[in-house]
Parts: sequence; structure tokens; C-alpha cells
Amino acid sequence: MEHASTVNPWVALAYLIAGVCFILALRGLSSPESSRRGNRFGMVGMGIAVITTLITHAPRFADTVADGAIFGGMDLVAALEILVAIAIGGGIGLVIARRIAMTAMPQLVAAFHSLVGLAAVLVGCAAYLNPGAFGIADLVTPMIGDPFLAIHPVSRVEMGLGVAIGAITFSGSVIAFAKLNGNMSGKPILLPFRHVINFGVLAAIVGLVAYFTQDQSPWIFWTITALSFAIGFLLIVPIGGADMPVVVSMLNSYSGWAAAAMGFTLHNTAMIITGALVGSSGAILSYIMCRAMNRSFVSVIAGGFGGDSAGASGGDAAIDRPWKRGSAEDAAFLMSQAEQVIIVPGYGMAVAQAQHALREMGDKLKEAGVRVKYAIHPVAGRMPGHMNVLLAEANVPYDEVFELEDINSEFAQTDVAFVIGANDVTNPAAKTDKSSPIYGMPVLDVEKAKTVLFVKRSMGGVGYAGVDNEVFYRDNTMMLLSDAKKMVEEIVKALD
Amino acid sequence: MDFISILSIFVLAVFVGYYVVWSVTPALHTPLMAVTNAISSVIIVGALIASAAAGSTGSKWLGLIAVALASVNIFGGFAVTARMLAMYKKKERPAAPAK
Repeated sequence: MEHASTVNPWVALAYLIAGVCFILALRGLSSPESSRRGNRFGMVGMGIAVITTLITHAPRFADTVADGAIFGGMDLVAALEILVAIAIGGGIGLVIARRIAMTAMPQLVAAFHSLVGLAAVLVGCAAYLNPGAFGIADLVTPMIGDPFLAIHPVSRVEMGLGVAIGAITFSGSVIAFAKLNGNMSGKPILLPFRHVINFGVLAAIVGLVAYFTQDQSPWIFWTITALSFAIGFLLIVPIGGADMPVVVSMLNSYSGWAAAAMGFTLHNTAMIITGALVGSSGAILSYIMCRAMNRSFVSVIAGGFGGDSAGASGGDAAIDRPWKRGSAEDAAFLMSQAEQVIIVPGYGMAVAQAQHALREMGDKLKEAGVRVKYAIHPVAGRMPGHMNVLLAEANVPYDEVFELEDINSEFAQTDVAFVIGANDVTNPAAKTDKSSPIYGMPVLDVEKAKTVLFVKRSMGGVGYAGVDNEVFYRDNTMMLLSDAKKMVEEIVKALD
Repeated sequence: MDFISILSIFVLAVFVGYYVVWSVTPALHTPLMAVTNAISSVIIVGALIASAAAGSTGSKWLGLIAVALASVNIFGGFAVTARMLAMYKKKERPAAPAK
């Protein structure tokens, strides 16, 4: 029964190498040149981990486990079943990866997180049902009754936490997926007493995990699992669409901690290293996203931001103020005369799929001798780095794309700032208006450019924060009211 | 392995993760999420152990389902990351021929 804890040193070494490969995979992402090699390291690490496990845990008939022969008593049917499961899953994964549109990447990542969470729950349940196979239980012969397998108390805590985190990751990611994919409204859904309910459920989960060390009865294990599924759902439902970058990063982190907890249960180095890497990666991304919105992590998690009641009042006030409307021809003329144009893309560009037309516009301007740069706010889009991927897809060279802090000082020397599908991230109220909900958020100083061209669907709508944008009414702003893609295509035509 | 050695590996790996992830360029944050997703499916190791173990049919089938789910993630995650990373190009190497 102890075969998982008396580990062969070569096997332990193989898992360690896999863990190191995963570290190198993330290290590679420090620059686009090294990133492709990094991804290959990741694949190698995964290959090592899977093959090692397949060899050391090849399915055998129960009565031959003890004799230790490598190929003796192999259960070929069971082995085939495992390979079929890998083939089915792998095939589905490859088809999805090939077909998915780059604009749908946030949904895809949320969906993948949910699979990690569910897999963690299933592994936890399997370990609970068959603890002997995982080497986490001892045979106990009580004074009265039959001998039974008692799971080690430490393993019970690890298993309980692993299942709980996995279940939260699963149901939270399902909700995040539905919100990002438009199956569910992006508006926050606020239940009465939600903070009380959430704290109560969380406390119950922690209490049950603690009690689980004393009593391994099934009802405790299954209640922990069920409550965790419920809390994942309750936690994400009140969070609005604009806060999704934080949510997706946070679920990324959870999926890592779930893998780490399972690694503790199985005493597996590769899983522990990976879990720690992924967990800290998601946590850092959540922190970066929160900082870019000047919001605390707690306030994002508490939810409720971005309701449309505030949006409606902001929209009413907007109608009375004078603003200038421009045409595609005006925009084309202004930009072709400019020395430097900075393009500021936002979620609206992704929705309109305008990235290819935008790159064409950039190419035309470059032919006319204009310097073109792109400025990306950290929370533009629905997940960290969303805009960068879309621009890369449209063949925009990554050395023309700049982060907020690297380009913000350049707006003052720029002739045209071309804002497409972004709003809150350009709002100067964040710098000046202490009463604004986005006060203190770092923003792109587009209003400092000589001319601001603002592509927007209509004057009525406001950004997700529900605040009006001062930039619309400035003398140096020209509003281009149209669908983002159509407008850019017209500008491209006018540039000829 | 005893609990303390495992905990030591975990704590040190958190620190490694912290420094490695801060060095990731913000432009690659989406591929970072896709690849962390793929590698966190190393949980397939637990699923393989469960599905290969004799003794409990329920445990075996849960394991097999988990193997399939984790495989979706492993193959899908690495493939989509590779697809994204292939798109990041520099200015010097002219991308698609103009028009």
C-alpha cells in the first residue's frame, strides 16, 4: 500500500526536471523572441511528467502489483482506455485551439480554467474513493468491526482544500465564461445579503475541512465539494463585465493552487512546482489589473461595479453639451498631415473586429511618412494583454506597441491621438475629479495631443464605469460616430 | 517525502514564480495565461494514477474523465499558445507582403 510514498529516486528526478521545464517555459515569456522556445520547454516538461506517470503507474491486475516486474501482469484493456481518453481530450483540444478566433481568447481561457478545476475535483474524489492507490492511507484494524483504510489526517486537509479550490475554480470559470461569451449579461447580479451568505458558506467549508481530519465519513467530503461549487458561483455572479480581467486572472491563480494542493496529496514535485508558479502568476496578474484600475482587490471581489444605473444618468448629462463631429475624410486628412499618430485601442476594437482594418490604416499612414505607434492600457480589453494579441494577429510589429508608462509622455508631442473602442482609460476625470468613480486610475493622456479622433458607436453610451468622458467635449476632439470597423475602412479608402 | 520537504519545495517555487512572472513582458500576458493554463493541467498525473489503479471502479472512471479533461487543456493550451506566439513579429522582418 505504500508504493506512492517510497518513490524511486529516478522517478522523483523526472518530476523535478518537468518542474524545471515549466519554470523555463514562463521564463521564456520575458520577450517575444524567447517565448516560442519557452512554450516548447513547457511541452517537454508535460511530456516527461505524463510518460513518467504512465510507466510507473501502468495499470496492472491487482494480484501482480506486489511482484514488481515491469511488464508483468499489465492490464492492456485499462492501458488502452487511458490512451483513448488522452486521444479524445487531445483531439478536442487541438481542434479548439486551431479554430478559436483571437477575439474569443478571454472566453477560451475561462473555459480552460474550468476544465482544470473540474479535473482537480475529479482527482480529489478518485483519491477519496481509492486512497490506497495514492498511498495516502493506512490499513487500520479497529477493536470491533472490519479493518478499513484510514486516510492520513494531513492528506485529508490537502485533499479537502484541493477539491474545494478546484470546485470554486470550476463554477467560477463557468460563470466568467458565460459572461464573457455573452450567454449571460455582463451586468453584476446582486443577491440580497450576498456578503453574509458568502462568508457563511466559506466558513462552513473551512470548518468542514477541519472536521474532516477527525472523521472521514463520505457526507463531509461531499458537502465540502457541493458547498465549494456553490461558492464559486456566488462569488463571480456579482462581478461586472469590466472587472473580468481581474476575475480571469484570479481564476488562473486558483487553478494553480488547486494543482498545488493535489501535488501535496500525491507528494508530486512537478505538480507542486507548477501549482506554485501558476498560483503566483495569476495573483500577480490580478494585482497588475487592480493597480491599473486603482481599485483594491477586495472591492473587485465584492462586486457590483459597473451597474447601468450610474451609466444612464451620465448619458443624460452628455446630450446638452456641444461636441464636434467629423467624417472619415476629415480624419484621413488630419492623420495624413501628421508627423506622429498614436492609436489607442480598447475593447470596442475587439468587438468590432477592427484590428485588421486598423493595421491597414497604419500601413497607409506609414507609406505617407507618418510615424504610427500604438498605446495599450493594462486593462484595455477583457483579459491581460488582450489588445497586444489582437494587434499581433493583425501583423502589427510588437515594437510599435507600447505600454502606458512608456508612451504617456509622448502625447504632448503627438499630432493625432486616434482612440478606437476605448473610453474610461482615456478619461482625464481620473486625474482631476475626486468624486469620479475612476479617480486615481492611471489613464492615457490623449487630450494632450494636438487633435483627438475618437471613434465611438454613438454619443449616448458611456464606458463601463458609467462616467461621462470630458475628452468628448474638448475643442481639439473630433468624434467619429460609427461602427469601429466601418469607420476605419472608410478612412483607409479616403487615404488612397 | 515528509510534509516539511514538500512544503519547502512549494514555498521556494512560489518565490521563483513571483520573480519569473514579474519579468514577463506585459505584451505577452495573454499567452502567459494560456500557457499557465496548459501547465496547470499537470494534474493529469493524479488522474492517470487514479485511472490505472485497480480496486475501485468509481475511482477509475473519475480518473479517466479527468484524464480526458486535462488532455483537452494540455493539447489545446499549448497549441493555442504556440499559435499566439507565432503572431508576435518584429518590424525588421517584414511580415505579410504588403497588399
